[in-house]
Amino acid sequence: MRRNQVAVVGAAETTELGVIPNMSQLQLHADAALNAIADAELKLSDIDGFATAVETPQQVCHYLGITPTWVDGTSVGGCSFMLHVRHAAAAIEAGLCKTVLITHAESGKSMIGKLPRSIPADSLQGQFEAPFGVYGPPSMFPIPVLRFMKTYGITHEQLASVAVVQREWAAKNPRAMMKDPITVADVLNSRMIAYPFRLLQCCLVTDGGGALILTSADRAKDFPRKPVYIMGTGESVETPMVSQMETFNSSRAFKVAGPLAFKEAGIAHKDVDHLMIYDAFAHLPLFGLGDLGFMPYEETGKFIADGNTRPGGKLPLNTNGGGLSYMHSGMYGMYALQESVRQMRGIAPAQVAKAKISVCHGVGGMFAASGTIVFTNER
Amino acid sequence: MAEPQRARPKPTPETQHFWEGTKAGELRLQRCDACAHVYFPPRPFCPSCASRKVSIFKASGKGFLYSYVINHRPAAPGFTPPYAIAVVELDEGPRMMSNIIDSPQTPEALELDMKLEVAFQKLDDNITLPVFRPAKG
Repeated sequence: MRRNQVAVVGAAETTELGVIPNMSQLQLHADAALNAIADAELKLSDIDGFATAVETPQQVCHYLGITPTWVDGTSVGGCSFMLHVRHAAAAIEAGLCKTVLITHAESGKSMIGKLPRSIPADSLQGQFEAPFGVYGPPSMFPIPVLRFMKTYGITHEQLASVAVVQREWAAKNPRAMMKDPITVADVLNSRMIAYPFRLLQCCLVTDGGGALILTSADRAKDFPRKPVYIMGTGESVETPMVSQMETFNSSRAFKVAGPLAFKEAGIAHKDVDHLMIYDAFAHLPLFGLGDLGFMPYEETGKFIADGNTRPGGKLPLNTNGGGLSYMHSGMYGMYALQESVRQMRGIAPAQVAKAKISVCHGVGGMFAASGTIVFTNER
Repeated sequence: MAEPQRARPKPTPETQHFWEGTKAGELRLQRCDACAHVYFPPRPFCPSCASRKVSIFKASGKGFLYSYVINHRPAAPGFTPPYAIAVVELDEGPRMMSNIIDSPQTPEALELDMKLEVAFQKLDDNITLPVFRPAKG
């Protein structure tokens, strides 16, 4: 795909984030969509392309009153929205539609109108993983961690520092769920969830949503907000079974999606001013830094523990506070994208000065899927 | 009220041989007749070279502890926390999720790379699960 041909011209989260007991999941989609429409100063009737995950496109389109000529229901977990951005950019370039709305919402905490997630007993996961006691992401996502730590000499303290640094970012963000400072000792003394991970190394569980509006770069200049261009994109999938990953020393999906996006954008790692790595759990930034090629895996833990990703550090990472401290409704990818867009617009609560290139890397369905978007505010 | 039950696998035509194997006290894997790739979970073709000529064989049941978590909460129905959810790398190459028996469920007792051997845990007349214990000697 050619770089900088498509831009984000509307971006918004739900009016509230956190605990929203007065809205169903479907209404959260609508709330985010209406906020994004207002942000772009468009009408719903201007939308001719639509993408969402978990909820079906037909469900959300009908609820909103949209008649699209292009839809994408790719649903590969929390990074689905990175894939939607990639697919939407291709669709706009191909002339299949002009103005795409992407929505995410999840009543992850209040569970109102939330679709059930179940594992059929005759699926491969139901036969070869569920019988051994996996029960939701906290028991599955961290399964590779001990191997990763042993292979690369990563310490428990380094993994705890991921949560500490992200809380520093969250403290600067009025909309972050958790803002009080924490120490490595606080993390290592918090309640055990699934060894080696404790409570403060696991994502929050909240309600919320977000929406993006994309159009061609040529049209984008006529919109009220500063356009944020899609500079590069990548995607891949590996396996829905964490036990069947090729290796626990890296993620194959990360290693495909990340370099694809960098190559398409034509950038080197030193060009990255701002970085988002979907952090459902504390090990993901380490996998991301290694798999995206920022540094050897052995150095990832020390890099974060030494403060290189904290406010004022040389590689600002997860500047909204991340899934660990900002919010995590179940599919966090949309919120990572929102923060990248805010940073590129120059309006983030913890704004990185003069940031021109933002890399936003997502993971989905444990390590099942991945999507990477490179944004820029210069064409 | 009945105790909540552990999730029970329901075999499909492609996995039937595996679950018949565990019932008979055998851990069965598949090997490609064309490229010799050994793979898991079961399917009637080779995921490496796409050949449909594959054979079922009895694996050694030996392997080592590749990685694990010790789950505290939330616990799956039928499990008493803390319990380890392990991934075992078999000597034949494939990895599988399982549980570790005859061992304390602690980081001290569960060392990565420790040698393991298969054991069989009968759930009911239809399903026997492959689990692993520290290898003797």
